[in-house]
Amino acid sequence: MAPEYKPPALPSPFTNTTPAPTLLAQGAEAHVYKTVSLDPSIPAALKIRPSKPYRHPILDRRLTRQRIIQEARCLVKLVREGVSVPAVLALDWEGQGGEESGWGGAWLLMEWIEGPLVRVVLEKWEAWMKKNAATLDPSQLQTEEDRVRSLMKRIGHTIGGLHKAGVVHGDLTTSNLMLRSPVQNATDSPTGISMDGDVVLIDFGLASQSAQDEDRAVDLYVLERAIGSTHPRSEPFFEEMLHGYRESYKGATATLKRLEDVRMRGRKRSMLG
Amino acid sequence: MALKLETINIPHLPASLPVHVALYRNVQNSAFLRQQLLAGNSEFEYALIDASMVLSRAHALAAVFRAVNDYMNNRLKSRNVHSEIVFSFNPTNNIAESFRKFGIADSTKDLLVVKVSVTPEITHDSVAAHLESSIEGTSVPFDDLTLSEISDITKIKKLYKLGALPSPAAKADPSQPNGTHTDDAQRQLELSMLGAIALRGS
Repeated sequence: MAPEYKPPALPSPFTNTTPAPTLLAQGAEAHVYKTVSLDPSIPAALKIRPSKPYRHPILDRRLTRQRIIQEARCLVKLVREGVSVPAVLALDWEGQGGEESGWGGAWLLMEWIEGPLVRVVLEKWEAWMKKNAATLDPSQLQTEEDRVRSLMKRIGHTIGGLHKAGVVHGDLTTSNLMLRSPVQNATDSPTGISMDGDVVLIDFGLASQSAQDEDRAVDLYVLERAIGSTHPRSEPFFEEMLHGYRESYKGATATLKRLEDVRMRGRKRSMLG
Repeated sequence: MALKLETINIPHLPASLPVHVALYRNVQNSAFLRQQLLAGNSEFEYALIDASMVLSRAHALAAVFRAVNDYMNNRLKSRNVHSEIVFSFNPTNNIAESFRKFGIADSTKDLLVVKVSVTPEITHDSVAAHLESSIEGTSVPFDDLTLSEISDITKIKKLYKLGALPSPAAKADPSQPNGTHTDDAQRQLELSMLGAIALRGS
């Protein structure tokens, strides 16, 4: 049997934290924990980019530092512009100890977003529809589809707000979209799945500041492909997301035009690399 | 009158580094206190902050946290952790400017005092005793309600270059009956400031 997975030790100052942060997710670049903010009654998300021991320590520090700062800068800019993303509460990009011997990682403490991932909401909805769609009368079917249309449209608005602020996400999937739970979260839908709440963009690890139609169109294209492959029953409503997007800022039309080109050739512009 | 000195264990910081915070109004001896800082009198080693530049508790704690974290990692940019706290309020890298803008001035009436227990001898009682005998002012609770009466939002927004954000209206604004808009504006301003503090020097 494989030994139980142990996440790398937490960096200072989170070795002091009581109760200890709990690991939520782990990717190739970072670990995400749930912990508390500087007010112990308010939760927070902690993203740690550990150092990568296989890289040269100086290069490793530089890359980790660049990336965490870029992520934080995008988030801070978006909070200022009123786009719904988790706010930055604290940040440390310096690592610990000496240049070559110490810990070359970095961390980012962010506002906690309470609510489900859009991926989970759509998965549940699709599973319910698969089981029950045949028994619904046309008006009920219409109601259910309209709920997904409305959600798609709100997603389009939020992404439009993101692009309007001059940031591209770089990795738009339904796993990087959340619904901030409204205080009162009951739903009338027979599915029992609420689609209410603000759409919140998360995980800006690959985000950058750009106002180019190309980068914006690639963001939309990546999301379109992600929805097509993970939520086949919701794919017909993607058009609604583009409608929401079109309404949300002035340059949207040019981006949507560019999206046609991107669809023809895929995400990569050049054939190199 | 009782001194309201709050001792806070900020989450993530070691229990051995509690932070003592007191908020004063109507301070009479700011010039004297400032003089002690300039003279480097170690008895008066405090972070003395012009409270009109403090938006909220979260704002103050973010600056304290940044300074203490940098202190623990031996990367202070200024003389000690207390001057570093004042510096940490500043969104830019100029230390002297941060003292001018956020630190105590001769005319300061509302004062936020912060002391970190950097040695075991510094305790709630020792800080309380010294503050009682050295600060001539009215001790008030360190909470958002009290700070909202003190903070100069226009000046704060200007310093953090957040002038474009909607202004949290004054508490008794009749055009905002339900207050939700005001709360949202306050929250957006606060979160933008926390981001600026976290990003300083990046």
